[in-house]
Amino acid sequence: MEHYLDNSATTIVYKEVAQKVTEIMTVNYGNPSSLHSKGMEAENELIKARHIIAKSLGAEDNEIYFTSGGTEANNLAILGTVNALKRRGNKIVTTAIEHSSVYETVKNLESQGFQVVYIEPDKEGNISIEDFKAEIDSNTILVSLMAVNNEIGSILPFDKVGKIIKENHSPALLHCDCVQAYCKIPLKPKKIGVDLATISGHKIHAPKGVGALYIKEGVRIIPQHFGGEQESKIRPGTEALPLIGGFGKAVAMADIQKNYEYITQLNNYAREKLCAIDEVVINSPKDALPYIINISVQGIRSETMLHYLEQFEIYVSSGSACAKGKPSHVLQAMNLNRDLADSALRISFSTDNTKEDIDALCEAVKNGLKTLVRR
Amino acid sequence: MKEIILIKDGEIALKGLNRRQFEDRLIKNIKGAIKDLGQFEIKSAQSTIYITPLNDSIDLDDVCDRVSRVFGIAAFSRAVVCPEKNLESVLETAPVYLADTLKNIKTFKVEAKRSDKKFPYKSPEICRETGGAILKAFPHLKVDVHNPDLVVNVEIRDFGAYVRGGAIRGAGGIPVGTGGNAAILISGGIDSPVAAYMMAKRGVRLTAIHFASPPYTSPRAEQKVVKLLKKVARYSGDMTMYTVPFTEIQETIKNKCPEELFTIIMRRLMMEISQRIAEKRDCSALITGESLGQVASQTIHAIGCTDAATTLPVFRPLIGMDKQEIIDISYKIDTFKTSIEPYEDCCTVFTPKHPRTRPVLKYVEQAQEEANFGPMIETALENLKVTFINPRED
Repeated sequence: MEHYLDNSATTIVYKEVAQKVTEIMTVNYGNPSSLHSKGMEAENELIKARHIIAKSLGAEDNEIYFTSGGTEANNLAILGTVNALKRRGNKIVTTAIEHSSVYETVKNLESQGFQVVYIEPDKEGNISIEDFKAEIDSNTILVSLMAVNNEIGSILPFDKVGKIIKENHSPALLHCDCVQAYCKIPLKPKKIGVDLATISGHKIHAPKGVGALYIKEGVRIIPQHFGGEQESKIRPGTEALPLIGGFGKAVAMADIQKNYEYITQLNNYAREKLCAIDEVVINSPKDALPYIINISVQGIRSETMLHYLEQFEIYVSSGSACAKGKPSHVLQAMNLNRDLADSALRISFSTDNTKEDIDALCEAVKNGLKTLVRR
Repeated sequence: MKEIILIKDGEIALKGLNRRQFEDRLIKNIKGAIKDLGQFEIKSAQSTIYITPLNDSIDLDDVCDRVSRVFGIAAFSRAVVCPEKNLESVLETAPVYLADTLKNIKTFKVEAKRSDKKFPYKSPEICRETGGAILKAFPHLKVDVHNPDLVVNVEIRDFGAYVRGGAIRGAGGIPVGTGGNAAILISGGIDSPVAAYMMAKRGVRLTAIHFASPPYTSPRAEQKVVKLLKKVARYSGDMTMYTVPFTEIQETIKNKCPEELFTIIMRRLMMEISQRIAEKRDCSALITGESLGQVASQTIHAIGCTDAATTLPVFRPLIGMDKQEIIDISYKIDTFKTSIEPYEDCCTVFTPKHPRTRPVLKYVEQAQEEANFGPMIETALENLKVTFINPRED
């Protein structure tokens, strides 16, 4: 039996979602921009998906811009803001634990002469709001922080930064990478002063290759691609309608509150069982998002344990799947000692997981500790 | 903290013996506007309506947003229910509830209303004490009784004590449904949705009539009208839309009538058909988005010819408005962006190069009679398409 515990890397596409994708590819296959009825049917699918997603964020339909995924949305948000506001300042405030699609983008801007401040987490992986208070000033044009960290699940104070930008009279736009938080906790960007929010489909049982950027009405960013009129010219190109339709379907199926309760139970069970193993240390903070637990199995290198578990069809990740092989910059930023960082594993849940998956994992880890050669 | 919404009636308060009817209708409309957001208790006392959310998951911002579009409301505000009905509770609650606002302003004053005369403190005492508590919590504030940044209201009612900050202006007007029924002729441009909105503001319940001429007009034009009506329905409440198949009639106009009279004859036929639909639907008037002199069919003479085609009163709320004034309202009700989507509609099909700006009724009627539209009108009426419009989710 398969035990897929790597849902923060990607998720299985739900059958209903795949059906929707197939339906759009084979029935409503028109180009939404075509004037004939085939085009109109396709456009209606687009409108429907956009509306579902807008509603899930407490937003208006025209505030949702579809992209090819989280990485593109993060790039568009950051580069688009910087290009729009570069005359007003040159400082960017972000954190040291961002996803690489944010981290590498701002690093590139840093090499072009922008001043970038990376706020460091404490050793639990938590980011303090006080640091933002100190750093956001009238020269700051962009603040970018994630809602939930993808490696350890810590929840960042993304809902409090908007207020600080206002209080410090900063012209900065606030970008929030919500990929790991979307459809897992309630997100209402407008309410908390978030101007730009990134979401992605494949973390919530939609296909890979589709994401979206929420851009608050009235906020102007410079597009990074040029072409047709699609997505109000912010992201031109014929819409990836099958994927977008699937994305909408997946969002419509997500019951945030019910899922959260179930995952919390699962998380509590997992923490209890894992803590009972002497060599296991939990790296995620206590109040992390319950969908993610980062652990270290002391003495066994991450990759060794990962491949060992794989033999029993148990799938977890070592650090973040996007940064294979490299030591995780997130764990480094947390100043986790080298041994713990080298043996870190990320377990991430979806509602398809059960206690049996956790039992299987714990059994296998225990056996691994007995049989694998330690360093 | 438990928050509720307090609503002040608008013009209703000026009504005489039928005031109850207006109030009942207003409450019904408020209920209809928020029913999909959760469960509420809605009651009315002393010309104030109280909305109390019954589930925790309800977002009061959403409720306020909906309430702000219900006609018949002069002003409304969010208020906090003090845990107990005594002065201590008020003093504790006020600075905490209004903290965010108080932090960012310089001056305030307190107004108290004590409709429960059994409450042991009189209004001036309540004001003084509450003001003192706020000053203690926010020493940077000053009291300004003439021109304060914020008026803090304390209300001692029979069933509780409430604290609220400033009030929000309501949509005004009178409750939809108290002003009878009328049918709006809607093409999909900027003007007709605004006209519909304005009549709804005066209490009129709407029915919509749209003319479609496929393949000369695009199905997207019809879809655009549905989108516009959904926006209007956020103010007017649910409505029914009738789509009239108009192709045969428009083709006949083109083939049989003098070119300079195309538009005027088309509009007369629209009126005639609309009247037939209106009568069946118990509508006592027609509404159009005409504005005097805007285009050839909206000159004083042309309107005279159009009016002669119906015996119903025709309301033209935009008649004296400039285009920019109309656009301003269309922005306010969020129809502008949809209105300017570029689809061919029935009014732009077969437009004559030089339409007659001073048509003479006698000649228009003559031209119309020769073409014999009677049977075509019957066919159109037999083939109406009915669409139900509501502003909520599908």
